[in-house]
Amino acid sequence: MSEAQTLFKVTIDNITVEVPAGTSILNAARKIGGEVTPPAMCYYSKLQGSGGKCRTCLVEVAAGSTADPRPMPKLVASCRTNVMDGMIVKSITSEKVLDARKGVVEFLLINHPLDCPICDQAGECHLQDLSYEHGAESTRYEFQRRTFPKHDIGPYIQLHMTRCILCYRCVYVADQLTNKREHGILDRGDHSEIATYIHKALDNDFIGNVIDVCPVGALTDRTFRFKNRVWFLKPVEAHRDCGKCCGRVTLWYRGDEVFRVTARKDEWGEVEDTPDGKPGWICNVCRFEKKETKDWVIEGVRHVNRHSVISAGHYNTLEVPKETIQDVMHGRNPKLLMDIHEVSDVNKPEIHLSEIPGPAHSDNFDNNKPA
Amino acid sequence: MGIKLLLDKAHVEGIRFYDAYRREGGYRSVEKALKMSPNDIVEEVKKSGLRGRGGAGFPTGMKWSFLAKPEGVPRYLVCNADESEPGTFKDRYLMEFLPHLLIEGLIVSSFALGSNRTYIYIRGEYAWIVDILEHAIAEAKANGFLGTNILGSGFDCEIYVHRGAGAYICGEETALLESLEGKRGNPRIKPPFPAIKGLWDSPTVVNNVETLMAIVPIMNMGAEEYAKIGVGKSTGTKLISACGNINKAGVYEIDMTISVEEFIYSDEYCGGIPNGKKLKACIPGGSSVPILPANLLLKTAKGETRYMNYESLADGGFATGSMMGSGGFIVLDEDQCVVRHTYTLARFYRHESCGQCSPCREGTGWMEKILLSLEKGKGKMSDIDLLWDIQRKIEGNTICPLGDAAAWPVAAAIRHFRDEFEWHVLNPEESQTRNFGLAHYADPIHVPTV
Ligand SMILES: Cc1cc2nc3c(=O)[nH]c(=O)nc-3n(C[C@H](O)[C@H](O)[C@H](O)COP(=O)(O)O)c2cc1C
Ligand code: SF4
Ligand code: SF4
Ligand code: FES
Repeated sequence: MSEAQTLFKVTIDNITVEVPAGTSILNAARKIGGEVTPPAMCYYSKLQGSGGKCRTCLVEVAAGSTADPRPMPKLVASCRTNVMDGMIVKSITSEKVLDARKGVVEFLLINHPLDCPICDQAGECHLQDLSYEHGAESTRYEFQRRTFPKHDIGPYIQLHMTRCILCYRCVYVADQLTNKREHGILDRGDHSEIATYIHKALDNDFIGNVIDVCPVGALTDRTFRFKNRVWFLKPVEAHRDCGKCCGRVTLWYRGDEVFRVTARKDEWGEVEDTPDGKPGWICNVCRFEKKETKDWVIEGVRHVNRHSVISAGHYNTLEVPKETIQDVMHGRNPKLLMDIHEVSDVNKPEIHLSEIPGPAHSDNFDNNKPA
Repeated sequence: MGIKLLLDKAHVEGIRFYDAYRREGGYRSVEKALKMSPNDIVEEVKKSGLRGRGGAGFPTGMKWSFLAKPEGVPRYLVCNADESEPGTFKDRYLMEFLPHLLIEGLIVSSFALGSNRTYIYIRGEYAWIVDILEHAIAEAKANGFLGTNILGSGFDCEIYVHRGAGAYICGEETALLESLEGKRGNPRIKPPFPAIKGLWDSPTVVNNVETLMAIVPIMNMGAEEYAKIGVGKSTGTKLISACGNINKAGVYEIDMTISVEEFIYSDEYCGGIPNGKKLKACIPGGSSVPILPANLLLKTAKGETRYMNYESLADGGFATGSMMGSGGFIVLDEDQCVVRHTYTLARFYRHESCGQCSPCREGTGWMEKILLSLEKGKGKMSDIDLLWDIQRKIEGNTICPLGDAAAWPVAAAIRHFRDEFEWHVLNPEESQTRNFGLAHYADPIHVPTV
């Protein structure tokens, strides 16, 4: 008991907080909030053993503790390093951290298809946010990106491995929420992939939660696929009496229609706790089969922490440039800047941007091209 | 002739089998050790100055003394026989010819550490060595050196051989433990270290084959005598597997007082470079350690002779030195292309990355692609700087040292052979028909006169 009450003082980017012993640097930083909080793509507080993999949360430990004030020689993963009393941490005040973080974002993006325009996750994608906040403007990667075929893993979930960042969260969900894990990582290195054992269907009652934990659009809800953009939907809190799960959800409306059902997520994009302190995971029935208003008791509008690229309106304050594109490009009119209507076929689901090797070109969308 | 402690009996007829091994004085160290207290053995090993032969060179006695000893929890000793580092093939030789020496070392070490179940995790491709080891284990057991109540001491010990499935990463000690537990061989996030929480969450020591074999001469001759061999913090003997452009590739036991030059050119060891070619470069300690051009290999940046030991090979840090590593000594003559060579290594690391952490998973593949385009004469000047930046962003930012191991060879190649990379870019066609050659890489280095 006494250990839970011991408080440690930790200073992150010159801001000091007190946290219980055993708290990770990341969670201490989340207590402070705002910019000093390192981004976390693989850690998920509700999943035991998660974290340590993506390396976006690296921080510098300038002093280990009051007792041993030596700095740590390498940057450490803040999600898997616990605070010590008197620890001094540098996140955005460290050039080394910013440099490494930028590197990690670049690594995560070199093989990402960047098919946000046709990805259901766009608008609530952690990789979009991460690239916007910590990434570079352009890529230095000039090779073909790796691609994988898409798989429907069961009636409700689609796996689009090409978009996966191998955070392992879905593997932990299957390990910890379902009685038998039927998917995992096959192969290794940059050829490793999330897969089921010989194309099995995932049909456990709680497997739908993999969609909520996936930081990118690699695991998506088949009942919602291509139905709408998330930023057009209005989130509403609702509950029902469910024998299997907490039954507390967010309904996503457009007009009178419920387009999808998700768990309720907190400002870090994690599933919120229920009032009794347990993670609010929801079952497949609530998620996939209750899509009528009459199925639910509506509580009211859900206030979403709008930190995502699209909803934050980051672009509001941008100045509209006075020069035209041709001015900037010395008279050249680049081919890729085209009227979106000319290539509006991109909205057709049968054309998959992510399967086009290299940068997409208008030819890729030419309807008259022989197949 | 240098001193031999491990290989001295390697060519005795039948030494692979118990009778000949015992006749030659085998298993004496077990008899001696079982009469000592485990802590005294750990102290002996500390005094011997023995450093881990698996690559990192961590003092073995110190590692043993870190082992947690909570009541009622088993402790484990695991022998790392995964040996997959390109250029390293000493453990294979040792186990193939002297299986009983390993078993003997394991029994003594198990007793010192309190491990009643000890594992040998062996690289899957060494399938035939599994049979050799299992035969040796059966012989040792039949003669009372394994099993229950060994030599009436009350100490029980069993040794099991476990085959890996063909992954370099399973040589990393925590990936090895995961694999041994039957899981995917992903390195664990440390801390906790294996000494606290290792195999099946119990305190565990992981040591290399050669390290554990060296326990036998330490016990037999006493730590003080052992520590007199070698120099400084490089005590005892070290096995070097030499390969590449040398006349006599093979496994050599050296005491660590000979110079690199002697090792390459003397007839007792590599016997010089074939066909009258000149030495261009060398990786002195297995594929992960920095490559050095001939001039920096034979002499340090201070102009002193470089010796085959931990300190001297590391003299100058990464700027002008390298590492002893696992003793995989790879020699390149003037006909070899460093760009091509670096590409080959990058391909290896890309293939072997476990893929858990993003810098290593993505960075290794990216480096391989850039190196291939440079090698094929399709590279740009900016690619060289890009490579440098990528390796810099991998190094130190990953879960396990494989990320560093992938970054260092690239960094060292660019650091010392940048001219050769630039030549590839500037001469895309010529670079496809001939190599850059020796260039200035063997020229005397400029030694600052202070
Ligand atoms: C990627 C990687 C591969 C490794 N492979 C081996 C190996 O094949 N054999 C080995 O003894 N040590 C290997 N090591 C080092 C081990 O992690 C560990 O340090 C060593 O077994 C400790 O033994 P020692 O103290 O006796 O040297 C490897 C390390 C890394 C990072
Ligand atoms: S599918 Fe999604 S949750 Fe699973 S590892 Fe990939 S990115 Fe993570
Ligand atoms: S550094 Fe490479 S091999 Fe090591 S854990 Fe990370 S991805 Fe795996
Ligand atoms: S969030 Fe810490 S390493 Fe991924």
